[in-house]
Amino acid sequence: MVGGRDFDVGHSREHYRGALLHGDGPAHAYNARDLTARIAPDSMPLPTTLASRRRLCVALTSCVALPAWAQFRVEISGVGATQLPVAIARFRDEDKAGPNAALSAIIRADLERSGQFRNLDVAAAFDETSQPSMSEWRGRGADAFVAGSVSRLADGRWDVRYKLWDVVKGQDLGGQSLAVVTADLRLAAHRVADAVYERLTGDKGVFATRIAYVTRAANRYTLRITDADGEGGQVALTSVEAIISPAWSPDGHELAYVSFESQKAVVWVQDVASGQRRQVANFRGSNSAPTWSPDGRQLVLSLSRDGGTQLYSMGRDGGALKRLTQSNAIDTEAVFAPDGRTLYFVSDRGGGPQVYRMPASGGNAERVTFAGAYNISPAVSPDGRTLAYVARLGGGAFRLHTMDLAGGNVLALTDTNDDESPSFAPNGKLIIYASRAQGRDVLMTSTLDGRIKTRLLSSGLDVREPVWGPFNR
Amino acid sequence: MKRLPLIFGALAVTLFAAGCSSPVKLDDKSDVPIESRTPTPAGAGGAAQGAGQSQVTTVNVDKSATTSVARIVYFDYDSYVVKDEFRPLIESQAKRLAANRNQRATIEGHTDERGGREYNLALGQKRAEAVLKSLTLLGVADTQLEAVSFGKERPAVQGSDEAAWAKNRRAELKDR
Repeated sequence: MVGGRDFDVGHSREHYRGALLHGDGPAHAYNARDLTARIAPDSMPLPTTLASRRRLCVALTSCVALPAWAQFRVEISGVGATQLPVAIARFRDEDKAGPNAALSAIIRADLERSGQFRNLDVAAAFDETSQPSMSEWRGRGADAFVAGSVSRLADGRWDVRYKLWDVVKGQDLGGQSLAVVTADLRLAAHRVADAVYERLTGDKGVFATRIAYVTRAANRYTLRITDADGEGGQVALTSVEAIISPAWSPDGHELAYVSFESQKAVVWVQDVASGQRRQVANFRGSNSAPTWSPDGRQLVLSLSRDGGTQLYSMGRDGGALKRLTQSNAIDTEAVFAPDGRTLYFVSDRGGGPQVYRMPASGGNAERVTFAGAYNISPAVSPDGRTLAYVARLGGGAFRLHTMDLAGGNVLALTDTNDDESPSFAPNGKLIIYASRAQGRDVLMTSTLDGRIKTRLLSSGLDVREPVWGPFNR
Repeated sequence: MKRLPLIFGALAVTLFAAGCSSPVKLDDKSDVPIESRTPTPAGAGGAAQGAGQSQVTTVNVDKSATTSVARIVYFDYDSYVVKDEFRPLIESQAKRLAANRNQRATIEGHTDERGGREYNLALGQKRAEAVLKSLTLLGVADTQLEAVSFGKERPAVQGSDEAAWAKNRRAELKDR
């Protein structure tokens, strides 16, 4: 079972491989049935012109129609985005591993969605033992080349192998072998994409991470978990009452969330793999806005048990309750800075709601946002340098912004009017957030400069409350 | 006392709470016993599963402690001040609750759709607590009441104009 308790996305090849070799038993993290028909290799991004330059200035919106239930579509806007041209060959025998196994298509789609890569067409057959001509691929404009294969192991699992070449330097950058059960073939493809991404950009990839969000359809609320590409969706909780504010535990095993199933806001923590859940806060009044400390031992949340909405901390199982704020105002939406020492939160102690910060154990709060009368829903980047939040503008538009915490510079990332709930990818390169388009609640991702956005396509569902899971799963 | 409206309201609200996707219409009431073939006790969760047309959920009016008629106080935008026009409602409810110390009630605060879910949840809580405070000042025991909030999650009216928003900025007092 990939995604088991002790799995850690290691950098080291041995660890990586070793963890995947545990891949037996019930696949909690994946459900093969859900994957069927969601992968559409013939609808992947069209190959770009072979005569293109090493670095392409993108000034267009590329729209790729994908007939999937849920998938992120790339919408590149603005100018000057640089993209690395990569050639990813079809993995030898990838079609023999069943409908989940369009590995090269999944890898290509992952890299394309990051906004940092552009896929070149590869017509000829290659695998990881091939000797692709570097000069030929240089001539065709590729910076990197990936080839691989899928083969069945004696125990029924699949051996996914790949190799990466630096075409510009004419260098073999090595490869990996991943042994996985059938249900984890998509995960294997995401892990290959992560390895390629990390090798070529120097940053860890997030393709093998997961996202949680809430959908609403026909008055039914569903807390869902999907791969970072929006596929492989599974249901964690379904209810006729609202579910809001999901929050991943730092180990990626649990989700805290607010459910109104008992006709009031109660905070639950649910083990994702087993479905076991427990109430951690059901005090008098409302219980909401849970967030985990980076070490996973504590939850901070908003309670009205003593009147007003104030911040409290508690142990992960609900014990050791401690009040953190003592204001007559609303204090809510707390999040930890990655070092665990500071809490960012929303308070209207100065009139309208603004983002403040204070020591994680409580104490003097310092105002962080100043522009505008209404700034809510803070999220701190994994490096602690950037604050994402939603600001209400003069005309009543709610728009995703970032603030450089050292310099205080503020940037509007979107031109939409109903942005909500920003959450950083664990590598800090993307922000996922909720917005509205064509009368529906939708999920979007944006790069930190706002230039490259993707939208989760989901037919007929209102989608909201996204939260990006950690590297661990 | 308003006996009949109370019981009828309780029935309607219970049906709604049992999983119907829209408020129960008055006309539909007569259909309930006629269609009944396999009555499911309320609370068994049968209706919540999206049952077919033959499915009928038995409503136990005696047990509908959480679903009595709602008394509604409306609020101005971004405000949790109980307006004077709702004083008579608050006073009559305070009198009723103070006269019956065993009667408990929930005050549910709500907001319009604008703004963040969590901040709106806190705003709705403030509205509910403002009504709670008004009632306790008029003699209702604090232990009889609980103020909770649904934020913007349970609008009374769909729509994105001031008319809809005004109907959604509210606190509902419900016996339980």
